[in-house]
Formats: sequence, structure tokens, C-alpha cells
Amino acid sequence: MNLLARTSAVFVKDLLSEIRTRYALNALLMFVITAVAVILFALRGDTPGTIVLAGMFWVVVFFTGMSGLSRIFVSEEERGTALTLQLVAPPGVVYFGKLAFNVLLTLVLVAGVTVVYLVAFPGFIIQTPSIFFVTLLLGSLGLASAATIIAAIVAKAGSRGTLYPVLSFPVVVVLLMTVMNATIKSLDGEPFSTAVVDFVVLISYVMVMTAGSFLLFEFVWKD
Amino acid sequence: MVLTAENISKTFNRRTVFREIGFTVGAGQSIAVTGRNGAGKSTLLKILAGLLTPTSGSVRYAVSGSVHSPEDIRAHLGFVSPYLQLYDEFSALENLRLLSRMRSATVASDERCREMLTRFGLWDRCNDQVRTYSSGMKQRLKYVVALLHDPEVLMLDEPGANLDADGIAAVAQIYESSQRRILIVATNDRSEAERCELKIHLGTEVS
Repeated sequence: MNLLARTSAVFVKDLLSEIRTRYALNALLMFVITAVAVILFALRGDTPGTIVLAGMFWVVVFFTGMSGLSRIFVSEEERGTALTLQLVAPPGVVYFGKLAFNVLLTLVLVAGVTVVYLVAFPGFIIQTPSIFFVTLLLGSLGLASAATIIAAIVAKAGSRGTLYPVLSFPVVVVLLMTVMNATIKSLDGEPFSTAVVDFVVLISYVMVMTAGSFLLFEFVWKD
Repeated sequence: MVLTAENISKTFNRRTVFREIGFTVGAGQSIAVTGRNGAGKSTLLKILAGLLTPTSGSVRYAVSGSVHSPEDIRAHLGFVSPYLQLYDEFSALENLRLLSRMRSATVASDERCREMLTRFGLWDRCNDQVRTYSSGMKQRLKYVVALLHDPEVLMLDEPGANLDADGIAAVAQIYESSQRRILIVATNDRSEAERCELKIHLGTEVS
């Protein structure tokens, strides 16, 4: 209970900070609008198929996430509060508090991208909502988990801006391929059972990534 | 509590900052770390607090006969330093509540917060965001955060930095009221160093 309360304190601190500064939310919102506008211009009124729509959906989520999710640790380093955090909380508490906040931020992001897609692309019709929402949930957990540990690594490096997407891509490529596959199935109206294999892959990814990140985090966070 | 530092050396890349520093200090004792800029005073304090790993040597805290690493005693540690920042977007009270909850899962009582903020002359501005504070007020707030949980080990890096006469007087009280705790001060101010019982002088080494 003690560790849970301390973890929730880290989460509440980040949530209140985001509500006050709106740094990550504003960056995410602007990136989504810009990316979707560019895609609309490129399509010139054409109606893309479900494969293209599902692919572009997760491309927007990935690059938008890369622009905002790293803030969770970079801002601590830039403001000089990382040492304060190290002094008051053990690494596990910091990791899970930050992970919880990134999960929330990613869920808000995918919900926002979904709404924008439903409005901007008439062909984006979710025919099997159960597959779509489970994919969004597991995809968000996986993306947040990968983004959190990479953000911690990048925050300690000098060239933060360029490193984040470069380091992230090989780590999330399996996740992206799986969520794109499941999203296509939801847009094509396939039954839920056809996506079970994808969900097993996603659950495994989330578990491995979270456990590995937790073990690695202490070494990344210190020094 | 007894702090034992054994043969601590720290090297950044190829530059040795200091080598084979060793001392033992117990509760109620104070130690001053002096040395010119770049001699490694702040680095030594970070190592003692477990924020940096020494290149060689060890730091141990003995509590009632059992030995602990610096990481284990963080809940009993207070640290004030110019490079340790608080959250600008929160008020002083919010900083105290959030940090105390992260430190020990319990929120510091309003009475304790009021007592400490009053002691450092910040009670009138306790609901203002920290970003509106002057550098001296921020330094005072760092003292409040460091002392709020009545730590058994207190580390002060440049304790007088940015403080006015009232602030320096408040810090002087800390020296007088630290009979139960280990006090470690990194300073170039002779009067601050003179208040401590033990002294370590770090020379700049180049290798």
C-alpha cells in the first residue's frame, strides 16, 4: 500500500503539472491536426482502403506519441527536478508513476486520433468495435510502456530530439505491425475471434516490455 | 546513525575529481567539506546521498547495528543544493504535500507545513506558485522541503547561496538544532565551515 500510494503521488504530480502547463497535450493536439491535414491534402479527395487507413492511423499515433511522450522525463531533466525526484522516491515508484501517466496520455491521444479520423475520413468505419477498442487499449499500453523507458534513456542523452523516434522505432515495430493488423480486421468487419492471436501478441509485448523496463529503469535513472 | 565513507574516489572520463576520501561521522556531529571550485564538493555530497556512484570506495549508514546503503536511508535524508530544483508550477504548499507523499506515502500535516514555512518566512506566500518566487525564496523553500520530515542526515551544499540576512539567520539555527542528526556542509564560506566539528578539504587533482 505504501508503494502504491507513493506511485500514485508521482502520477498525481505529473497529472496536475500537465493540467497546469498543458505542454504535452498541446504538442500532441497540434501534431494530430497537422498530420491529418497533410494526409487529407495528399489524398486529394480519394477514399483510401482499410489497409491504408489503418496504417496511417497508427503512423499518426506513433509520431504524435514520439513528439509528446518523452516530456515525462525530459522536462524533469531540463528543469533540474530529476534529482529531487531521485531523492524522494525509489526508482520503481518513479517508473510506475510515470508509466501510469503515459498510459493515460496515450489513451487520450488514441481517443483524439479516432475522433479526428471518424470526422475526416468517411471510409474510416469501425465495423467490429470490440476488436477496435481492445486494440486501442492494448496498443496504448504497449506504446506507453515502450515510450516510458525510451524517454528515460533519451532524457539522459545530449541530442534528445533526434534520438527519441530513432530509438523507439525498432522497439515498437512489432507492436505497430500487430495493432495495424488488428485495426484492419476491425475496419473490415471480421469477427472478434480472428483477432485473438493479435491480442495475445500485444499482451505478451506489454508484459515483456513492462517487466524489462522495470528491471532496466534503476540503471538508467541513476547517474 | 553513523555514516562511514571508505576510500571514495570519483573519476569523470579521465579526470579524477578526488581520490580515497574517508571519514566516519555520527549523529550529533557535523562535517564541513571545503575546496575550491571544481574540487568535487557537490560530487562528494551526491555520492554520500546515493545520487552518484563512486568510481571506487563505499558509503555505508549504520542504524542500530545494521548497515544500509545511501539509497536505503533516503527517507531519513534532507538535501539542500543550488542544483536541486522544486516544481515551479506548484505552490509551496503543493510542493510540500506532493513531495512528502512521494517520500513516505503520508501527506505532511498542515500544522507542520505552517510551522516550517513560518520559520523560513514563506507562510504569507505559501499558496503562490514557486515560479513567482525570488531565488532567495526558492532557496528557503528547499530548506523547508529538506527539514519537513525532520531528517537524521542533513546535507547542505552552499547553504548560504542566494539568502539574505534573515535567511542566513534561519540557516544558522539549523546548525544549533542539529544535535541529533548528522550534518554535512559543502561550502567555501569560512564562517559556515567553522561551525562544523570535522573538516575535509578537497584539493583539485588532475591525472
